[in-house]
Amino acid sequence: MKVRHNKGGGDEKVELQMTPMIDIVFQLLVFFIMTFKIVSQEGDFNIKMPLAAPAAGAPDDLQLPPMKVRLRADADGMLAGMSLNDTGVPTMKDLRIRIIGFVGDDRGPGSIQETAEVELDCDYGLRYEHVIQAITAVSGDIDGAGNVVKLVEKIKFAPPRQPAGG
Amino acid sequence: MRVAKKTSEGILEGDLTPMIDMTFQLIAFFMVLINFSQAEQNEEIQLPDSQLAKPPDGPLEFPITIHLTTEGMAIIGAQKVPIAALSPFLVKEKQVLASQGKGANEATIIIRAHRDAQTGHVQELIQKCQENDFEKFALRAKEDVGNN
Repeated sequence: MKVRHNKGGGDEKVELQMTPMIDIVFQLLVFFIMTFKIVSQEGDFNIKMPLAAPAAGAPDDLQLPPMKVRLRADADGMLAGMSLNDTGVPTMKDLRIRIIGFVGDDRGPGSIQETAEVELDCDYGLRYEHVIQAITAVSGDIDGAGNVVKLVEKIKFAPPRQPAGG
Repeated sequence: MRVAKKTSEGILEGDLTPMIDMTFQLIAFFMVLINFSQAEQNEEIQLPDSQLAKPPDGPLEFPITIHLTTEGMAIIGAQKVPIAALSPFLVKEKQVLASQGKGANEATIIIRAHRDAQTGHVQELIQKCQENDFEKFALRAKEDVGNN
């Protein structure tokens, strides 16, 4: 077989054209930098609220009455006061302590933690962030190791109140 | 003045390898972190913070996202409507669910309300969904990484 030899003697350096590749690479880089957006994690608080239906049969004796959390708003919609079962609670931290005291360490099927229910009764004009703060306070706690300790899982809203002056 | 004469005709070649290495690393970094899933997001809405707002373990089966602005306007899909005018959209969602053999009670309404929205508006939104047989709701919040 005849092998064709390189006429140049083999010492020629083959040069790659880098310019188009660098062009594209920089365009990609600019695209990713421009579209980059740091998005914080989001999570949900689940609420099951079927439309109130006429009770079928006798009420369940084992079902505890819901703990009523009342959130009052000032004229600006900021949290003006809070109570749990008509007893004043100064802060969200105190609300959580009261809920922990109620639920205790009882966990598992049929436990107080599983059956307990919280009903949120909020002023119409209250800013939603305070509602989420209250839901956070009643639904769980973060222990020293950073783990979430679940408290009350059943949360519902009381019927909406009328807007102030409405 | 004495000018030094150029003695060589050769082309001066810079070493491009480190720059290309760095550039590719940057591209890889941005590609990994880029998030295109902004279908559920809305720039008008600033979610409230919560320490317990952790991403769910798995995706919801039939999620319907409704945004709620500070003015009490609901945004469903690309439509911005008053809460009172939400029913036709919910009926449409129910029809979509029915075509898949599912009921409204199996869907989850994800409420993405602005942190400064009035609670009364959120409750009105929930009521409107209840009237259309939806009963599962997820109140969305942003993860608070602070220590408060």
